[in-house]
Amino acid sequence: MSNVADVIIVGGGIIGCATAYYLSKRGKSVIVLEASDNIGNGGSTRNGGGVRQSGRDPRELPLAMYGIEKLWPGLSEELGVDCEYHKEGNLRLGKTKKHLEILQGLTDRAVACGLDVRMVDANEVKEINPYLSDEVIGASWCPTDGHANPMVTTLAFYSKARENGVRFITGEKVLGLKKIRGRVREVVTENSVYEGDYVVVAAGYESREILATVGIDVPMHRELLECLVTEAEPHMFNQMLGTAEADFYGHQSDHGSFVFGGSSGIELNNKDIGMENSPSNSAITAPCICRGIMKYFPDLENAKIVRTWAGYVDTSQDGVPVLGEVEEVPGLIIACAFTGHGFGIAPAVGEQLSMLITEGSTAIDLSELRYDRFKAKI
Amino acid sequence: MNTVVDRSKDIGPFIPAPDDDMIICRCEEVTKGEIRKAVHAGMWTITEIRRYLRSGMGLCQGQTCSRLVKGIVARELGVSPAELEPATARSPMRPTEMKVFGNEEVSA
Repeated sequence: MSNVADVIIVGGGIIGCATAYYLSKRGKSVIVLEASDNIGNGGSTRNGGGVRQSGRDPRELPLAMYGIEKLWPGLSEELGVDCEYHKEGNLRLGKTKKHLEILQGLTDRAVACGLDVRMVDANEVKEINPYLSDEVIGASWCPTDGHANPMVTTLAFYSKARENGVRFITGEKVLGLKKIRGRVREVVTENSVYEGDYVVVAAGYESREILATVGIDVPMHRELLECLVTEAEPHMFNQMLGTAEADFYGHQSDHGSFVFGGSSGIELNNKDIGMENSPSNSAITAPCICRGIMKYFPDLENAKIVRTWAGYVDTSQDGVPVLGEVEEVPGLIIACAFTGHGFGIAPAVGEQLSMLITEGSTAIDLSELRYDRFKAKI
Repeated sequence: MNTVVDRSKDIGPFIPAPDDDMIICRCEEVTKGEIRKAVHAGMWTITEIRRYLRSGMGLCQGQTCSRLVKGIVARELGVSPAELEPATARSPMRPTEMKVFGNEEVSA
């Protein structure tokens, strides 16, 4: 089989799979190279499933809003798989005056960007979610936020793209990129060389090493986050949840299980944050998430945890992704450093990048997410 | 252990079988037919099958069905079950109530 395609995508996570899918819809030939044995083995299938706009930085909010308005509502039908998408709101909960100040600040910034989000008081928050503890004194409420199943959504993009003729190769670790006559062209792996008119690097934290081979650096680091899932419980609520202090976040899935994510707060200095490329749980984190959840949802104290897992977040220097073309390397497109926000905006990112490649421009302005925005402090 | 696998390799069409309704994962009620169809939709590893169908993700965490699932996937792909990596086992290994899991007080 030929190793040449219109576009080579490095990274088979949800960003790579969604970009491949939208490119295949536009008639492009695509090869996706994934280093691990499994499609979507990074943050794509390890996150808490939030599809949110509230709490997002104004620079990436347009992408989040666009995806929720245009792409998420029809996604299950389009991909032929139930992605378990719910657009039934996000509550960000507060228990102290200081929490409410944090929430008010986030709300004011989002309202300025045109998002429908507002503060609700203790009574209204209990009306929206009657299972909350009486300690909750207020929340920010964004009715158009929601959640979906990240594992199924990632694999659904993969499956549909594959059906459309996209060639996916797993276990194919990319070592570097090469320019031919000033333009990126070759993608070199441990076993082979692939060639494309465009190369999209969407390999999470590992993007940094790959981009370095053509002289580009994206300042980011790797953070460990953990998630847990309970056994199936009777249906309680459909909102996505978070807290002002980010103690935990999560939702109840269609299946009935609760999926919650969070951290212990000492990840940065843990002795062991997992083996190389294999994030592992710390014994203290899931219990800490449980204590956080029980403070807000006392009724869940008897819910049984069946599974916990960890994942890496590719956290950018300034908290928003790096997206778009690279001036010094024509043909190269970067999509990394998603900072834990990648799942919710993935359909919008994939669609916009496919538009960038086929039409040379995007409907959403990506200029604030450029790779060269990072400057020294003086 | 990473092995290069081209997911466009032809594994033939999905052919319905009389026992496709058989429940394989009892915790999550996943049938043999669903597993076989998922392989044809591109789920070629045990990890992908679990994430796509939830098989082995329930109360017993695959202690009952994981060998059966592996056999079905291997047969569909035309490979030996030994070639398929098992899925990762995750703590706490036995379903544990939040109030127990989250309690770090040491009693005398």
